[in-house]
Amino acid sequence: MSTSAETMTMGDPDRAATRRKDPLAGLGFDESAPLLQVRDLQVEFHTREGVAHAVNGVDFEVHAGQTLGILGESGCGKSVTSQAIMGILDVPPAKIAGGQVILQGVDLLKLPESSRRQVRGNRIGMVFQDALSSLNPVFSVGWQLAEQFRMHWGYSKGDAKKEAARLLDLVGIPDAKNRVDDFPHQFSGGMRQRVMIAMALALDPVLLIADEPTTALDVTVQAQIMRLLEEMQQERNMGLILITHDMGVVADVADQICVMYAGKVVERADVVSIYDAPAHPYTKALLESIPRVDMKGTKLASIEGLPPNLTKLPPGCSFHPRCGYAKDVCRVDEPPLYEVAPGRRSACHFYEEVLSS
Amino acid sequence: MSDNVSTVELEDASAQDKGAATGSLWSDARKQLFRSPVFVVALLIVLVVISWAAFPSLWTNTSPEHCVLMENRQPPGNGHIFGTTVLGCDMYTHVIYGARPSIVIAVLVTGATALVGGGLGILSGYYGGWTDTIISRLTDVVLGLPFILGALVFLALLQQQNIWTVMFVLIVLGWTSMMRIVRGTVIALRDQDFVEAARAMGAKNSWIIFKHILPNALSPIIVLSTLYVGTYVAAEATLTFLGVGLQPPAISWGILIAEGQGLAVSGLPHLLVFPSVALILTVLSFIMLGDSLRDALDPRGR
Repeated sequence: MSTSAETMTMGDPDRAATRRKDPLAGLGFDESAPLLQVRDLQVEFHTREGVAHAVNGVDFEVHAGQTLGILGESGCGKSVTSQAIMGILDVPPAKIAGGQVILQGVDLLKLPESSRRQVRGNRIGMVFQDALSSLNPVFSVGWQLAEQFRMHWGYSKGDAKKEAARLLDLVGIPDAKNRVDDFPHQFSGGMRQRVMIAMALALDPVLLIADEPTTALDVTVQAQIMRLLEEMQQERNMGLILITHDMGVVADVADQICVMYAGKVVERADVVSIYDAPAHPYTKALLESIPRVDMKGTKLASIEGLPPNLTKLPPGCSFHPRCGYAKDVCRVDEPPLYEVAPGRRSACHFYEEVLSS
Repeated sequence: MSDNVSTVELEDASAQDKGAATGSLWSDARKQLFRSPVFVVALLIVLVVISWAAFPSLWTNTSPEHCVLMENRQPPGNGHIFGTTVLGCDMYTHVIYGARPSIVIAVLVTGATALVGGGLGILSGYYGGWTDTIISRLTDVVLGLPFILGALVFLALLQQQNIWTVMFVLIVLGWTSMMRIVRGTVIALRDQDFVEAARAMGAKNSWIIFKHILPNALSPIIVLSTLYVGTYVAAEATLTFLGVGLQPPAISWGILIAEGQGLAVSGLPHLLVFPSVALILTVLSFIMLGDSLRDALDPRGR
């Protein structure tokens, strides 16, 4: 019995101690520095139709233990932003035209590709939208989880597999020890997303990026996955970037919200004040377009028009063709991110009018 | 608590058993393969043919050079179960001894084309850009050469014709369609989410290619390879028939079939039938093997 008890504790080893030498030591990562600062990030896609400005000067910060929700409709640049932070953009056609991505005091964009690769997984984990297609169909989930320990930490196959089982258990997969040998198609959608989260968390990253983690799931499972993400984040004091187009999903979890439109941050605020009183017409319109039980029978509000073509952004404020508040100045002058209140910014010339309405 | 402990121990033991194999894909595949009668029969035939090629003397006591002109053109039976050739040699012995060059050519050329075509296909499909342009254009040039005509010209230019020159020419002209198919498969795979997920976990290109792209591209490679085995035996036969392949007194199924073609209509069908049946059975077995292998290696099919 006593020897078995030892095997138990060995199954959950002190991972920091068993870990190989940190390949990122010497790059100057400073754990006391702010977790992630994105400064004036610009990403372009060079296409046959011209240059598409997918991300045009995005600024935000994420602190340890904090959740940042990035909101926006399809094509607003939220996924491209996350891919640029991870460094997994396809270059070419994509090109990072400027800005900084500073993780714990180190500008990732200046690192050589080999160090960049070590940052992925070790420092930043990522959860993708569609777990089924994000898992390799020909390998068991255990193999895929174990892959990272073998790749980054040089674990033996046996040790890596034990770690994989431990992780599956951690993300709440019942009977994890027997399910490590199962293949992705043998899991349900929610369980697959749990496997994805386990994969992203495997190497104890300090930052987790979840790109629409619940879009492919039904509503009850969505809530479970969001709760799991929140739990994991609090347990590990990670930073979490939650990318979504669903305002309901971020409302419960996020601390800060960034609303993006046409590759720019149009509003940045803490979650309470943004839902209370949006300071940008686009945020306001998004909030109004959420179906509500007490509005049953009335026509759902929608935003007229289409998001702008990223190769031909309109002059002035990108949102003016669809904006009810637009005046002449909006067609000419691009609004800066005005400071609406301490820690709260809005890129609208008429934010006061929007706030008070 | 004690329940937990014992499951941990059990699991550890079973993990050791499997050697924590490659996601236990191969061990599962092996189990499934040996349950399928088609696979077992095909495997047996292939093993028999390979043993003909490797140790022909195990199967017959007669030397292939032992020919008795008095006994020529005999039908099957009467001491010669497959009959005798126009020169009075034992046909059974010739079929056994003819396996070696045919099998060696077919298997080695198939392996080499899978390696060359598959490798180039993966490189050009995965990296794209200039790599792809150069490899694809090279493929187009080789593909533009008519197979038989190209082989004829090549072999006629060479000083001597033997099994190695035939193999060389078949490899040089044969890798292109493998490259095309693999390239297409890899291009589709490269944009899959799991490849992006692997990159997001910090995987190197080489790791992605060997662990994520190759296992998923394996089934077209296997299927095409098994089809090629037959094609190459036939190609060897054709080149030999045209006089630029193996030179007599070498014996191969290709030579036997080529000789038998004319004689079959003049009342000696056994000279064509026996080598052809050997060839057809071998080719069919290779195709069956490949088919079951592909099914077994695809975990979604289980």
